[in-house]
Amino acid sequence: MSEHSVTRGHGADVEVRAVTKRFGPVAAVDDVSLTVRGGEFFSLLGPSGCGKTTTLRVIGGFERTDAGEVFIDGRPMGQTPPNRRPTNIVFQRLALFPHYTVYDNVAFGLRMQRLPDAEVRRRTRDALDLVQLPGLENRRISQLSGGQQQRVALARALVNEPRVLLLDEPLSALDLKLRLQMQEELKRLQHRLGTTFIYVTHDQGEALAMSDRVGVMNAGRLLQVGAPMEIYERPTNRFVANFIGDANLIDGIAGGVERGRVTVRVGGGVVGARARGDEHAGAPVTVCVRPERLRLHASGGPPGALRARIEDRAFSGYVIKYRLAGDGLRLHAAVPYVGGAPLFEVGDEVTVAWDPDQAVSVGRE
Amino acid sequence: MALPREARRPFSTSVAPLRRRTLADREDWLGRLMLAPALVYVVALVGVPFALALALAFSSARSGSLEFSWVGLRNFWTILPDPQFHRALWNTLRFTLVSQALVIVLAVTAAHVLSAAFVGRRLVRFLLLLPWAAPVALAAIGWTWIFDSTFSVINWTMLWLGLTKRWLYWFGEPQLATAAIIIVHVWRMFPFATVITLAGMSAIPQEISEAAVIDGAGFWRRFFQVNLPLLLPIITVAVLFGVVFTSTDLSVVYLLTRGGPYNSTHVLSSLAFQRGIFGGDLGQGAAVALFLLPVLVVVAILMLRTARRAEVGA
Ligand SMILES: Nc1ncnc2c1ncn2[C@@H]1O[C@H](COP(=O)(O)OP(=O)(O)OP(=O)(O)O)[C@@H](O)[C@H]1O
Ligand SMILES: [Mg+2]
Repeated sequence: MSEHSVTRGHGADVEVRAVTKRFGPVAAVDDVSLTVRGGEFFSLLGPSGCGKTTTLRVIGGFERTDAGEVFIDGRPMGQTPPNRRPTNIVFQRLALFPHYTVYDNVAFGLRMQRLPDAEVRRRTRDALDLVQLPGLENRRISQLSGGQQQRVALARALVNEPRVLLLDEPLSALDLKLRLQMQEELKRLQHRLGTTFIYVTHDQGEALAMSDRVGVMNAGRLLQVGAPMEIYERPTNRFVANFIGDANLIDGIAGGVERGRVTVRVGGGVVGARARGDEHAGAPVTVCVRPERLRLHASGGPPGALRARIEDRAFSGYVIKYRLAGDGLRLHAAVPYVGGAPLFEVGDEVTVAWDPDQAVSVGRE
Repeated sequence: MALPREARRPFSTSVAPLRRRTLADREDWLGRLMLAPALVYVVALVGVPFALALALAFSSARSGSLEFSWVGLRNFWTILPDPQFHRALWNTLRFTLVSQALVIVLAVTAAHVLSAAFVGRRLVRFLLLLPWAAPVALAAIGWTWIFDSTFSVINWTMLWLGLTKRWLYWFGEPQLATAAIIIVHVWRMFPFATVITLAGMSAIPQEISEAAVIDGAGFWRRFFQVNLPLLLPIITVAVLFGVVFTSTDLSVVYLLTRGGPYNSTHVLSSLAFQRGIFGGDLGQGAAVALFLLPVLVVVAILMLRTARRAEVGA
């Protein structure tokens, strides 16, 4: 595509400082603090009802906060109404104007600014080009597919050249194939425009694949913020460990802590993990280790390794998934499938071990 | 001893045909049975009187006599040039259109006010619905007192506020009587229209309004360019009901003015009542009453069409 008036701008920084928002007795957003850098693709991830939409609406100025403040580019937003903020939003339910055509939907914001007709025309066309929707200008919204409506909603938000775009599960209504395609397009678009994207989703795969950084929420609280890999590698608590990817969560008693490592007594064995820092000998801890990090040995293995029995085996293309039980634990292991390598059978006794650097202590909460 | 049939056919796979079919299994008959009460009701209470009215309009029937003979269009030829009939027709249209226009404006305004959150909203909503639930006759008596030539509260209030200098005889002057009738019609249809509009508003996702807000549309532009178009189908339904109820209404005119002063406020239904029942000329009464039917049919079809065409929601 050639020159666009929707040009690469400078995305604004967003800071959410200690924001609480209550609906009656429910704290939909509970003391959330968060910094998003200009031009960043930031995802808010969490299960249904955890407060993602509410957080987004607070940033957009649609909800008053009970406590805390939102800053955009360092300026406190206070009671600034939505249209005076450098933000725009793509709603969870799209909220297109059903009685307008595609063109009129996208042009709406520009017309409200009373821009000259020629400019409205040019920028609307450009926005429709940008989301690859040319030729549908005169369609009514009801005559579009889900993916096309999606693009119209995106164009309607982008045409106003926001410096921060808030997206509330914009792809959740699409089928898998279209969703993957739109994910890529969104990512490219964001990269090209340089706009700050705050993207809400409950799909961890989507968040990990698209974002520069991810914030994981549960029950109104922001539990952890970090780059996708960091969150996967170093979840700071049980919920995050479980919510992002698959995890084996193993409860045990801390032994010694030494050089960033903690040893943990589990059933009949002793395992190691990276320490969080607040462990002390004798305290209960939980170790998180990803299924693909488990190593299964027919016999032997390092001293202190756990012993388990294969309960189930499932083949799924490039990995073999084993379900194991033993030492009072239930574990999942995922082993890359390389044709020809010997497999364990259901009923086999194995020892289970992992490199302590590949596991992490996540605390008990 | 004879075995039950099932026992003699141990390999029967289908058990269903052996079960006795009850009426509940036969959807065609069950459907008809359940529709029957409604059909009987409609035929007996709407169909028969309607057919009777049609027949009367083309007859010379008079009350108090069993004589019945067809006279073709004579009743219609009699009323068509009658200035009183013209007046009644014009009044029917005027009262209906003016009152419904006022109802729309008031109902949409009230619905917007009531959809905002405030303390006591439930109570206000309840009070608002009262006129709709009150029997018309009872309400009309209340209104006759409100407009009474001696005791009118409106007059007292307006005098006290300095809005008028003279005492108003509401049922003594044609213009005032017209105003009084329209006020009562508005008062009567307003709650219903408001409730319908409120229902329509709650069907519009809040985000649609917010999308307009973020695009910088102020209250009025949001109202005229987004909310009102989306409400149009539901408002149309409310207006349709209002038009039908108001244009066919006898009670308000009859109880307030009885067509007076000087027969200036007759509507078709009150004129039909006067001619057919008081005057005893059933045929002419029926002809007058039937006159609005084709108009109402056209109005109903038009409005139902608009309601279907424009759909709320994306
Ligand atoms: N307007 C409201 N009135 C009352 N409670 C609300 C309102 N909006 C949200 N809530 C409550 O606040 C909590 C958070 O809601 P929110 O919509 O932010 O969740 P979410 O993370 O976006 O969920 P989802 O993934 O299902 O969209 C929920 O418990 C919800 O019931
Ligand atoms: Mg949500």
